[in-house]
Amino acid sequence: MSQKLSRIIKNACESCGNDRNRLMDIVTAIQKECGAVTLEAMDIIAKELNVQRVDVESVVSFYSFLSKEEKGKVVIRICNDVVDILKGAEDVAKVFSETLGIEIGQTAADGSISLEYTPCIGLSDQAPAVLINDVAITNLTVDKAKSIANDLKNGVLPESLTKECGDGNNANDLVKSMVKNNIIKKGSVIFAERQSEAGLEKAITMSPSDVISLIKASKVRGRGGAGFPTGMKWEFTRAAKGDKKYVVCNADEGEPGTFKDRVLLTEKFDMLCEGMAIGGYCIGSDSGIIYLRGEYAYLKAFLEKKLSQRKEVGLLGANICGKDGFNFDIRIQIGAGAYICGEETALISSCEGLRGDPKTRPPFPAQKGYLASPTTVNNVETFCSIAKILEKDAAWYSAIGTKGSTGTKILSISGDCSNPGIYEYDFGVKVSDMLKDAGAEDTKAVLIGGPSGQLIGKTDFNRIICYDDLATGGSIVIFNSYRNILEIVKSYLEFFVEESCGYCTPCRTGNVLLLNKIEEILEGKGEPSDIKYLEDLCSTVKVTSRCGLGQTSPNPVLTSIKNFREVYDAVLKLNEDGRQPTFDIKASLEVAEALQGRKSVIY
Amino acid sequence: MDKTITFKIDGVDVKGFPGQTIMEAADAAGVYIPRLCYLKDLTPHGSCRVCTIKVDGRAQAACTQPIAEGVEVENNTAELNEKRRDIIDMFFVEGNHFCMFCEKSGNCELQAMAYRLGICAPKYPFQFPDCSLDATHPDLFIDRNRCILCGRCVNASKVIDEKSVFEFVGRGAAKKIAVNADTLAGTNMAVSDKAAGVCPVGAIIKKRVGFEVPVGKRLYDTEPIGSDIEAKQ
Amino acid sequence: MEKPKVATTSLAGCFGCHMSLLDIDDRILKLIELVDFDKSPIDDIKNFTGRCAVGIVEGGCCNEENVHVLQDFRKNCDILISCGDCAIDGGIPAMRNNIPLKECFDEAYHDGPTVYNPNNITPNDKELPLILNKVYPCHHVVKMDYHLPGCPPSADTLWEALVALLSNKPIELPYELIKYD
Repeated sequence: MSQKLSRIIKNACESCGNDRNRLMDIVTAIQKECGAVTLEAMDIIAKELNVQRVDVESVVSFYSFLSKEEKGKVVIRICNDVVDILKGAEDVAKVFSETLGIEIGQTAADGSISLEYTPCIGLSDQAPAVLINDVAITNLTVDKAKSIANDLKNGVLPESLTKECGDGNNANDLVKSMVKNNIIKKGSVIFAERQSEAGLEKAITMSPSDVISLIKASKVRGRGGAGFPTGMKWEFTRAAKGDKKYVVCNADEGEPGTFKDRVLLTEKFDMLCEGMAIGGYCIGSDSGIIYLRGEYAYLKAFLEKKLSQRKEVGLLGANICGKDGFNFDIRIQIGAGAYICGEETALISSCEGLRGDPKTRPPFPAQKGYLASPTTVNNVETFCSIAKILEKDAAWYSAIGTKGSTGTKILSISGDCSNPGIYEYDFGVKVSDMLKDAGAEDTKAVLIGGPSGQLIGKTDFNRIICYDDLATGGSIVIFNSYRNILEIVKSYLEFFVEESCGYCTPCRTGNVLLLNKIEEILEGKGEPSDIKYLEDLCSTVKVTSRCGLGQTSPNPVLTSIKNFREVYDAVLKLNEDGRQPTFDIKASLEVAEALQGRKSVIY
Repeated sequence: MDKTITFKIDGVDVKGFPGQTIMEAADAAGVYIPRLCYLKDLTPHGSCRVCTIKVDGRAQAACTQPIAEGVEVENNTAELNEKRRDIIDMFFVEGNHFCMFCEKSGNCELQAMAYRLGICAPKYPFQFPDCSLDATHPDLFIDRNRCILCGRCVNASKVIDEKSVFEFVGRGAAKKIAVNADTLAGTNMAVSDKAAGVCPVGAIIKKRVGFEVPVGKRLYDTEPIGSDIEAKQ
Repeated sequence: MEKPKVATTSLAGCFGCHMSLLDIDDRILKLIELVDFDKSPIDDIKNFTGRCAVGIVEGGCCNEENVHVLQDFRKNCDILISCGDCAIDGGIPAMRNNIPLKECFDEAYHDGPTVYNPNNITPNDKELPLILNKVYPCHHVVKMDYHLPGCPPSADTLWEALVALLSNKPIELPYELIKYD
């Protein structure tokens, strides 16, 4: 065993040039082949890469798809995002658990199957969904879950579970996935008819700084949610000193309820690569990296094929489009289950083979990014937009949308509506119009921008989607009047607690404390003073956290207090006897009563 | 060092040099910004967030934020001190800090910061986490009950001792300090290492030297933490 | 005018905080001019005789009797003070909080190196209060108005706090008097 392990590890390390910065690829490969990255494995990796074992352990222990303990040959990851739970994920989980005879979070005694929960896997429009190894299974029902569990028990391979493929490239031989695109509304930028590579071809006839000027004139802003002007970002990166520069595409969409990048990767990958190459041309970079979230590993082989096809026709590699000296290549970096890696500096850490800890800023990536070189990190949709902007022109683009938010925005709409899927709107679309298109009825609340955005109620449905009003990276989750707002808030806090990297104090512990309090309130143990407690705690977490995760994680609490105060008021009650409603004397005596075989005479 | 940068902290002019952080410039000027993870000579970690200040209204960590000409920094304000108390409270409830028998008591930076900020008890509920203790090393022990994840030992061992004895493992609330072997005794850690002496709390303790200084004469018994910096004014 | 009443108790504590109260030395004469002691180990009054202005609680809650007494204090006192580290954070007794109760019993009554228990009896008389699953700081059980840290809080700390409260002022301790050891 040890020899075999040693060989597997040596191969994995060698295929990455024994490069410490490629640790993510190495441990991901070992995890896949061995079902674990054990301490023994870490020892060998450390020797191969000339690092310490604890450095490897530090990385492995960070990502939820990697584990020190052996996982089953088949790992079933049930998505427990809020939308999936609304659609019955808990019942599905129960069926899996009962049929397989293992608890959630456990591995079968024979090492065949592991069962666990995982946060949003980017399939909210076809929930409930699960990942079985890399295979996505969508629209599950209790019956389907039972039959799948039985199949797996009988040794059916996960790959054979896909009976019917989805539309578009989901049916490609290298994908063969049942995932559907659900593109419902095509807008004028991303999903419009286009001339392939026209943008790139036009760009290389211009000087890089003229291309940047054009992008600035288009006023396009980052599509990941933060909305930083892309032209400015590229200008900074271009101006930064460095022999080597990088173009990084953030395809780690992890915000619960977003799945637009999955569809863009599946159907618009050439457009994305075109945008990245334009980025390389602008900032003077010959290297691109696409950080692909581990949940989308099923797309990797397909995307890699596409990359090599582009290389064959001279759209990647040396002297692109025949332009002398314009070299640009792209590699795919796979993630391993960490929401925080959607934060650009954490993403860079992960690309460098480190824990997905955000980096200290300043310096910003434009100055010192991947391997301390100037780096631009942009969203999938941003790169696609750039390709179209170059194909058309700045004036055409900036005429779309609103004054401060030009162009279109792709929304991933899911939850309580009859038409969940992908919608490309001009910026400025009214929430009420969007709800109508999605076939949402009896809507009580809409989560704009995922849990790190805001939860709004009816009085805000006349507001519009744009950076200056309701900003969003694309996640729109709809809740009808039957849904319990406090349960929703609790679920999202659980998500943030799970996904906090733990680097800084307020995010690591503040989110735990927020979750504790919301749980107490849900159990009917809340008091009116809890509102101030929550607001103060939220403020500290938001103001003092080191990165965007902690700076936004209290939003479900704050916006639900602001927009749904009545749901709190309905359950908070003053305890006049001075006792803490959170203290449960009966529960605290249970162990002793069982141990001593007698009941309390006082309580 | 050709140029002086002037900025304000709480309305008072402070001068510094290009490349300095706000913390460094403030220290040199005798203005104390409360901090925990920061230690001179180590790479600033920026994790505790106690040194959160506002630079032209925007919250930043003083230990990592470079100074800039003309900026207005808020430091000793009611709002920021309240946030610092909240963070100190979080440290106390996320660990098990039994000061009454801790060797570090009186010389502990976490305790001293709580004293300085006038904290009598944390406002959050105690979590009573289950933490491990490693007393295998002949000269040192690690008590993770007290660890505040400041990263000083990680950095000192890597950069100064060039050993990499420590690293963080896990994430979120499960994040903890690990050593480069099954136990500390299995590493090449020596009591003379820089990493053995940088812990701000009692998480890394040298054996047989506890309680050396009598109560009343310890570092923070009579003078608040930061007094040495403020004395420079 | 009737003097305000003060009650004190030691829950899961070591009586060190009470000892510290006695350490106010001759100021105790001034104290009894200012207040009457109601329920307290100092005068051995077992039950509250009337409403108290101040209740001083030493120790956290490790068993049901502690909870009962603490709730009684909350009911009968206007101002309730967590006095000392055990009341505030559980203190040394709370070190058992991550050890299953059965293991604690086994160690205490059977396996511990100093145990002499030839009949292997685990005390279980019905008069004995049941042990809680873990040790709770006082403010986890009832609302506490003030916290005086220290192990024990110094006599000066206690004196300052009492004098402030009895003159209707909030407790504001100077740097020297906030200590956790």
